[in-house]
Amino acid sequence: MTTAETTEIEYETVIGLEIHVQLATNTKMFCSCALSFGEPPNTRTCPVCLGLPGSLPVANAEAIHYGLMMGMALGSELAPRSIFHRKNYFYPDLPKGYQISQYDEPLCLGGRLGDVRIHRVHLEEDAAKLVHVGPSGRLAASDASIVDFNRGGTPLAEIVTEPDLRDATAAAEWLRMLRATLRTLGVSDVNMEEGSLRCDANISIRPVGSTELGTKTELKNMNSFRYIERGIRAEVARQTAILRSGGTVEQETLHFDPRTEAITSLRSKEEAHDYRYFPEPDLTPVAITEAMRDRAAAALPELPLARAERFEKDLGLSADSAHLLAFRTELGDFFEAALGDNGAHAAEPQPLANWVANELVSRLGADADPSESKVQPGALAQLVAMVTAKEVTQGGARQVLDKLVATGGEPQAIVAAEGLGAVGGADELAPIVEAALAANPDVAEKLRGGDMKPIGVIVGHVMRETKGRADGGEITRLVREQLGL
Amino acid sequence: MTDLTALTAKQAVDAVAKGDLDPAELFAAYRAKAAADELNAFTWVADEGATVAADDLRAMPLAGVPLAVKDLFCTEGVPSQSGSRILEGYRPPYTATVVRRLAEAGTTLLAKTNQDEFAMGSSNENSAYGPVLNPWDRTRVPGGSSGGSAAAVASGAAPWALGTDTGGSIRQPAAHTGIVGHKPTYGTVSRYGMIAFASSLDQAGPLTRDVTDAALLYRHMIGHDACDSTSLQHPEEIVLPSAQRLDGIRLGVPEDLTGEGIEPGVLARFEATLTLAQELGATVHRVALPHADYGLSAYYVIAPAEASSNLARFDGVRYGLRVDADDLMSMYTKTRHDGFGAEVKRRIMLGTYALSSGYYDAYYGKAQKVRTKIAEDFTNAFAQVDFVVTPTAPTVPFELGSKTGDPLAMYLNDYFTVPISLAGLPAISIPAGLSEGLPVGFQLAGPAFSENRILDTAYALEQAIGFDATPGRV
Amino acid sequence: MIDREQVLHVARLARLELSEQEVGQIATELSSVLGHIEKIGELSLDDVAPTSHVVEVDNALRPDVPRPCLPREVALANAPAVQDGGFLVPSPQA
Ligand SMILES: [Mg+2]
Ligand SMILES: [Zn+2]
Repeated sequence: MTTAETTEIEYETVIGLEIHVQLATNTKMFCSCALSFGEPPNTRTCPVCLGLPGSLPVANAEAIHYGLMMGMALGSELAPRSIFHRKNYFYPDLPKGYQISQYDEPLCLGGRLGDVRIHRVHLEEDAAKLVHVGPSGRLAASDASIVDFNRGGTPLAEIVTEPDLRDATAAAEWLRMLRATLRTLGVSDVNMEEGSLRCDANISIRPVGSTELGTKTELKNMNSFRYIERGIRAEVARQTAILRSGGTVEQETLHFDPRTEAITSLRSKEEAHDYRYFPEPDLTPVAITEAMRDRAAAALPELPLARAERFEKDLGLSADSAHLLAFRTELGDFFEAALGDNGAHAAEPQPLANWVANELVSRLGADADPSESKVQPGALAQLVAMVTAKEVTQGGARQVLDKLVATGGEPQAIVAAEGLGAVGGADELAPIVEAALAANPDVAEKLRGGDMKPIGVIVGHVMRETKGRADGGEITRLVREQLGL
Repeated sequence: MTDLTALTAKQAVDAVAKGDLDPAELFAAYRAKAAADELNAFTWVADEGATVAADDLRAMPLAGVPLAVKDLFCTEGVPSQSGSRILEGYRPPYTATVVRRLAEAGTTLLAKTNQDEFAMGSSNENSAYGPVLNPWDRTRVPGGSSGGSAAAVASGAAPWALGTDTGGSIRQPAAHTGIVGHKPTYGTVSRYGMIAFASSLDQAGPLTRDVTDAALLYRHMIGHDACDSTSLQHPEEIVLPSAQRLDGIRLGVPEDLTGEGIEPGVLARFEATLTLAQELGATVHRVALPHADYGLSAYYVIAPAEASSNLARFDGVRYGLRVDADDLMSMYTKTRHDGFGAEVKRRIMLGTYALSSGYYDAYYGKAQKVRTKIAEDFTNAFAQVDFVVTPTAPTVPFELGSKTGDPLAMYLNDYFTVPISLAGLPAISIPAGLSEGLPVGFQLAGPAFSENRILDTAYALEQAIGFDATPGRV
Repeated sequence: MIDREQVLHVARLARLELSEQEVGQIATELSSVLGHIEKIGELSLDDVAPTSHVVEVDNALRPDVPRPCLPREVALANAPAVQDGGFLVPSPQA
């Protein structure tokens, strides 16, 4: 950071997110076609989702139900009456020439998740898939695409936040929180790579301290958390450079290329869109009944924020452990399963949390689900309990966990079989310490003289003798005892 | 029996049921007539009749009686082109709910009938497959948009037919061809499989030789359809009409009726019909419909706006015409330029303009409010009278080409029918005699779901009028 | 009241190619029709609720139960151009 730069105006980033979530219903939003998971193209269609003449949409009750669950989970106000609109524009992936969406009367209004306010949540239908195929002999066009309507009409919930995020990391962090919440709700697979969770970011910058918003750009479809962070950083850098060089940011839609980190404009050559929204005459209003409300409320599971609070309050976990386990649903579930397994060995919550969050995750991989590993929750609980009871040392326990991960099994059995049990009581360890001191008279001499530096030599000796199964603290205690310190 | 096609549908049903008539012979007689049609009433005529055995047909309520169906109803494997070049040769993979229901009740698909393109028109001159001629005078239009269905029934080439009515497209051609046309309460007949013109107004209904046939066909058209979110269960079963007298029936005549250029001959037939009604015991009253005069304005915003969106699916991608081009934009614009006729383009432009940013509130928003006021007008009127009556159309059928240059003049044909459509109410047009040797229609509109009363009243009038539905060819 | 430029803009929104002669004709026709429609401007409608449906049906919803889809050959049967089991179109990017 040169002095020249520091004298320049500092800018603050303002980010709002628009998230599209594919709902995990059985059928599409407005027809009875089963949702598609990689079936051959155009094998999941009907007159409605192909937009055939004369066909009519009928809304999927379960999609409304999921929408209400999301609204409740996000603390939104559920509109007593909401309607669908037609968003009119031409594109080959849009069979009717309009998308059925919600406009000025959405299903859910307002709300908040963490410290980001929700603007609205509405329901709509997904577009079909366009595959670019390049030149095709069958067309006059130099360049051709193929449309597959399997995905067309998949139910989407669009979540729009207020511009409450201030940097790329926070945006990605919050999106993880949202994903965990939606996964816990069970309303979507929320898989960014597979497109069931899609995120656009509205990004603007303004001089620190200023309150009005700068001109925003919309960064489209970043399909991983990493890309979102990198994309937002790149766009913020671009806008900053423009403003610093005295230019002005243009309001436009942008695409981020993760490979080249390049940001390109998606603005079509055509005139600015005019979607000509009007109320969809083929659909009637959604008027939420008590029964619909009650059903959605009853379907709400414990959400990550609440779970983290419970871990902290009831189990006395540190804030970090509680948050991590609550928002990595699968880790939290494994942790609670292990905790619940009160066999002979009940594990202490915090040590167990550490072993799950550190040792287990480092062995299974950051995104792995431990319930799919060979490690039984009860086995980990037992191992952690043994550590606490000093029946096995940290080092020994790590070796046991390696085995559990590799082959599964019972910690006690492994300890016995591998002879990893801690060399405990003084009677067993004292002679070995004595031998170590005898074998290193010079070191013993220094220690007697009060210079404790070389005690490591003795500890090392004993560890070698015990194949690392001795407890370092215990060794030091015995050395002091035997040298009368 | 000599000429089987002289029977009304109800007479034919009874004859088949009694075993006096072979449905296959009946179909053959109509097929021959339809194949020989010179009015351009049909876009497709079936080769064979029912696939159902005669004995089974006998047991069915509509006993295999042939049915002509407006082109815009999707019929599986059979051309369904909605009178448009953009759907030339289009054969849908499914059948419209109402056509399926009627087949299940025993009708046999005889033919698809010509119509104004996408049901946009009042003269049937907007069909990509050529105009339909009026069987009463072949130099004149049969009305529209269900002109093919009307001409087919009036000329005896079909016992009865399905049409659709958005702003008058069943009633006005029925009036112009001297037959009965019934536009039901919006929602009582499923729209699933009807190629849409204006979704919030489109409604299917019968075109028949008499009121009894209209009741019989409508009875088997209704019923809630899970595939149409706007479909309703009719609260009443439809019964065949039987009234001889109209004692206690109050007919309401709109105050400013003599307004929009009604021809004297048409007005004379209308007043003669009112006199007959009074002789049957009815009373005639003046009713105020203060906003009816704004009906056409609201209609010509709402219908084109919805149409501009409904017709966006005709893009050359999944079905219908495509004009190849080097780029997508040109493929779209050329396909739609060549595929749509002048009137359809006009209304797409009008509707797109009315919805475009900056104009929505001034046009579509206002029109929807006018719609509310018009519905209120009718609610108030029906607090004082049982039915509102008007001539169906202000004029007798006009000469081919006489109004094609002047859209506005053409739109005025729907002056009496449009307000009722905007309110979603049921109405019927029955023949009220001739003026200058050409048919004149009498329109009877009632509250929502009042079909049984409308049909009964229309039946009593029909008996009193004693109109002969066979065209006296000029 | 509606000029050439507006006609061209609306035609583009509607994806309609218009010949020079059609542009002029439609401009005049739309103007006359819009002139008639202006009639509704006479009414004061501020506190009137708009009607988008004449039927009062709420929650016409569908149970989330799959029904058979169309066989692919049927779905593609009416397509002007087909390739690799899909609908072939000029690329939007081109
Ligand atoms: Mg969206
Ligand atoms: Zn479908």
